[in-house]
Amino acid sequence: MAASDASSASTVEEITPPPLDMNEVDRILEQHHSDSTELIAILLDIQDALGYLPIPALRHISEQLEFPINEIYGIVTFYKHFKLTPPPKHQFTVCTGTACHVRGAVQVFREFERQLNLDTTICNTTPDMECGLETVNCIGACALGPVVIVDGEFKGQVKQTRVSSMIKKATRSSGGDTE
Amino acid sequence: MSLDNPIRSSGELEDLHGVLVERRSEDHLCISICTGTGCVVGGAESVVDAFVEVISEMGLEEKIEVKPTGCHGFCEMGPLVTMTPSGYFYPQVHARDAREIVEKTLLNNEVVEKLLYHDPQTDEAIAREADVPFYKHQKRIILAENGHLNPTDIEDYISIGGYKGLAHVLDEMNPDEVITCVIDSGLAGRGGAGFPTGKKWEICQKQPSEPKYLVCNADEGDPGAYMDRSILEGNPHRVIEGMCIGAFAIGASQGFIYVRHEYPLAVERITLAIEDARTAGLLGEDIMGSGLNFDLKVVRGAGAFVCGEESALLKSLEGLKGEPKQRPPFPVEKGFQNKPTVINNVETWANVPHIINNGPEWFVGFGTEGSAGTKIFSLVGKVNNTGLVEVPMGVTIREIVFDIGGGIPNGKEFKAVQTGGPAGGCLPTSMLDLPVDFHALQEAGTIMGSGGLIVMDEDTCMVDVARYFTKFLEEESCGKCYSCRKGTQRMRELLDDICEGRGTPGHLALLEELGHAVNTASMCGLGQNAANPMLSTLRHFRDEYEAHINEHRCSAGVCTELIQYTILEEFCDGCAACSKVCPSECIVGEKDSLHTIITEDCIKCGSCLNVCTRGAVLITSGGGV
Repeated sequence: MAASDASSASTVEEITPPPLDMNEVDRILEQHHSDSTELIAILLDIQDALGYLPIPALRHISEQLEFPINEIYGIVTFYKHFKLTPPPKHQFTVCTGTACHVRGAVQVFREFERQLNLDTTICNTTPDMECGLETVNCIGACALGPVVIVDGEFKGQVKQTRVSSMIKKATRSSGGDTE
Repeated sequence: MSLDNPIRSSGELEDLHGVLVERRSEDHLCISICTGTGCVVGGAESVVDAFVEVISEMGLEEKIEVKPTGCHGFCEMGPLVTMTPSGYFYPQVHARDAREIVEKTLLNNEVVEKLLYHDPQTDEAIAREADVPFYKHQKRIILAENGHLNPTDIEDYISIGGYKGLAHVLDEMNPDEVITCVIDSGLAGRGGAGFPTGKKWEICQKQPSEPKYLVCNADEGDPGAYMDRSILEGNPHRVIEGMCIGAFAIGASQGFIYVRHEYPLAVERITLAIEDARTAGLLGEDIMGSGLNFDLKVVRGAGAFVCGEESALLKSLEGLKGEPKQRPPFPVEKGFQNKPTVINNVETWANVPHIINNGPEWFVGFGTEGSAGTKIFSLVGKVNNTGLVEVPMGVTIREIVFDIGGGIPNGKEFKAVQTGGPAGGCLPTSMLDLPVDFHALQEAGTIMGSGGLIVMDEDTCMVDVARYFTKFLEEESCGKCYSCRKGTQRMRELLDDICEGRGTPGHLALLEELGHAVNTASMCGLGQNAANPMLSTLRHFRDEYEAHINEHRCSAGVCTELIQYTILEEFCDGCAACSKVCPSECIVGEKDSLHTIITEDCIKCGSCLNVCTRGAVLITSGGGV
């Protein structure tokens, strides 16, 4: 068990940026009284704060809660929401709920794939971590399908012809931010 | 009198209610703007801001109340605006319309013609919400309140008689009477299985083990269903009141609301509502001075469909992987931390206060024998009026899809409706007159589920739909049972074969055999129903499967491997729009002359079809169109 954990962890760690504020992790643990039955809530909060779940943070949680790391890793990989890799600068999320599916979400998703040139080996992002693509099962905005969420903002009735301008618009706005 | 101090008795609640009603009735003009997810995507927040701005500019804050509410249900037409007391209603409102609506409609009781809703079937302009066919054919009990309530204001809820049911229960009833009342109402679980709610409560109450727990299952994972979210976002106190009544009846002192993390607004609203109820003395210790102690905690899921299954949900509540376990023992006997636990769906809890307020006979008055009350469906897919609809049990699918839903868009043919989420099944045209209740749906080979109704038209491929759901279940299978883990994978592979032109007649027999094995040998509801989407489409749309296998024909033009794109000579004017967007540069032709697609290089992305304004791009399959 430990051996397989270590091997998958090392690939993940390779692309993990080093600075990590363990105080933040401690603060969240304290909020939940270091109670291991609150593990999922703890992990959700840490992911909200850091954007993902760095392996060193999971090791730290394991030590603090005296809860086996393989169990934590099991939980993290069981629930879809948890991510072991840092988020890209721009996240495109295509809703693939049934209503969106019958209205052509697949074509929209494929168009994103074509345009973005993703590195699918570790996580679905561009090699420079600028853009990422993921799907979500249903966000309950079925009247507006197909729906795409661009950096948290909902876009309704997306046609594949709109995809390239959506990508351009999102990446252009980030250029403005960093300047 | 206000909520600065906790409410100490039912008398105090009644006094507060009186004050609130009086305060709001004098000449009170109110404009309600739907801020459900659908309307927010359409720009509802800027509409709210515009109304607030216009009204403050005109100095009318005292006279006109601007109320952002939960989901009204008619999501297709958002952002929605309704006015009380006039009942006027405008769909698809923009921020720029705010001034005109205030000046004309609110102040002069005059309609703004250009904003009126037009019935797509008759083109008649309709001014009042109650006259819109989408609403007129519904029986809205739970959803009706969404349109008039500010979900972040507990006083608003009390002003419509909120927590009155709880006060009545605490003052005048004993736990057994409450349970009898719920049993007599015939209320059955709205989350899918339809188990009688009162019966569940009774079994739990009789367990000797203590303490007892309550859970509200808001892990609404069925893609295409969002009624629970709308209730939590639009009327959170109704759920809290229902759970407090349940706590009194069962003898529980702690409850949980398990919500998907994908619903952040629902988490925010219910968390706020719990805090407000606690401050008001309606939750926590010694509720309304009655001695009842009951508190609630919100727990977020982390994205696992299987956690909607009750035994998996309990594992997840304990902070573990959400793997289902063998039942019996059922959660009512051994649930959260092995203590008796009642798990009910959001809509079920929301029905409880109405049953207490109006009596069980009133509830039985809606619906059919064996399926009492109303049910909320989310009507989505290829239908004109997408949205949430609440109807009495027993109305036909035809009434829902055509009378309320306004039929299929763009003059297309209805093909099927999928009920019950991924574990449900598809019903064909011949079953349009099937009454929607627990029993009838089960007999037809599908389930009620949480109430998703996904309408499909002639452009939907049923084999692709079966593959879609099977793939969904393959990804969401927790992996504990071999039959489900490998069975869903193998079924999906066989469906892939058929969709991609590798199917043989033997595939169908194998799928049927495998499907029955998966459904029989799996432990939880996910696995036991995992073959339903495939089996039900195979039962009702076998000809489509056969066309895929024998003729390599996908008549809906969906399965990429079986279709070709061509350009029709008689329609192409050589505008070159298609060749400009083609990502594989496989469309050739001079400007202003006929363009042609080089089929071997075509990746079938459909870009040309999307940009052609002359309808010259055609999908063909298996020699047919």
